[in-house]
Amino acid sequence: MTGAIDNVGLTQLGAPAPYFEALTTHGRLTLDDFQGRWLILFSHPADFTPVCTTEFVAFAEAHEEFQKRGVDLLGLSIDSVYSHVAWVRNIEEKIGVKIPFPVIADINKDVAFTYGMIQEGMTKTETSRCVFLIDPGQIVRAMIYYPLSTGRSIPEILRLVDALQTADAHHVATPANWQPGDDVIVPPPITQEGAEERMAEGYDCRDWYFCKKKLDS
Amino acid sequence: MGCVDPDGKPTVSGMKMLRALQPDSKTPEEVAEEAGLPIYRVRGGLRDLAEYDFVSLEDNIYTLTAKGAELLVPTR
Repeated sequence: MTGAIDNVGLTQLGAPAPYFEALTTHGRLTLDDFQGRWLILFSHPADFTPVCTTEFVAFAEAHEEFQKRGVDLLGLSIDSVYSHVAWVRNIEEKIGVKIPFPVIADINKDVAFTYGMIQEGMTKTETSRCVFLIDPGQIVRAMIYYPLSTGRSIPEILRLVDALQTADAHHVATPANWQPGDDVIVPPPITQEGAEERMAEGYDCRDWYFCKKKLDS
Repeated sequence: MGCVDPDGKPTVSGMKMLRALQPDSKTPEEVAEEAGLPIYRVRGGLRDLAEYDFVSLEDNIYTLTAKGAELLVPTR
């Protein structure tokens, strides 16, 4: 990998997730090791910092919810594996929360640059709070970037997982502020004939292009 | 190495994977189920164990080697 900053932004929605092989707190892992499972790859600025600690605790506390959805978690920062190990042990000792997921020690910034986790406008020496949601076929399905000062909302990340999995399973879309159990959006017809038929199909329609339905109907 | 210590001995997780390969060879998915470990951990761990010749790999099936089996022999 050369001219690392040039690689920022390589990761694209709907494209295959860039391959990586990295040292983690659970040993050396590759992207392929997560094949067949959903993966949340997320970066944090630095170990032993307060906002990151709250995020790690929140991710750990939601770990079971992620597992129920078939999602594995994988953290990353440009600290060493010894720092990661010391930090997760410290979190367990001081806060009483065991960190069950691996954390990449991206000391050479290889993964960080490949995924565009270092946002130069923010800092050149730390990864921002990035989240990459990768599906079982290893396609990047969602990306979220938070600044250094703002801890992430784990319920929103869970909601995003639910929305994507619902969309995949039922071939629908989800409206603003959707929560599991809410009505979903029926994809609009793309022909004039389809538009004419849509209003008679029994959906809850405001107009031919804007119809909702309950998932069990 | 996640499943082999720097001194070349399998870790607790590594030993679980070796035990899961008795008596039959298995895929990583089968080892994960038998050992109760996440699949990513098993894939990475079996790769480590293979590097140290504790297991061998053919067509995505892992088999205990003589060196790996030796570790599972009960000692007095």
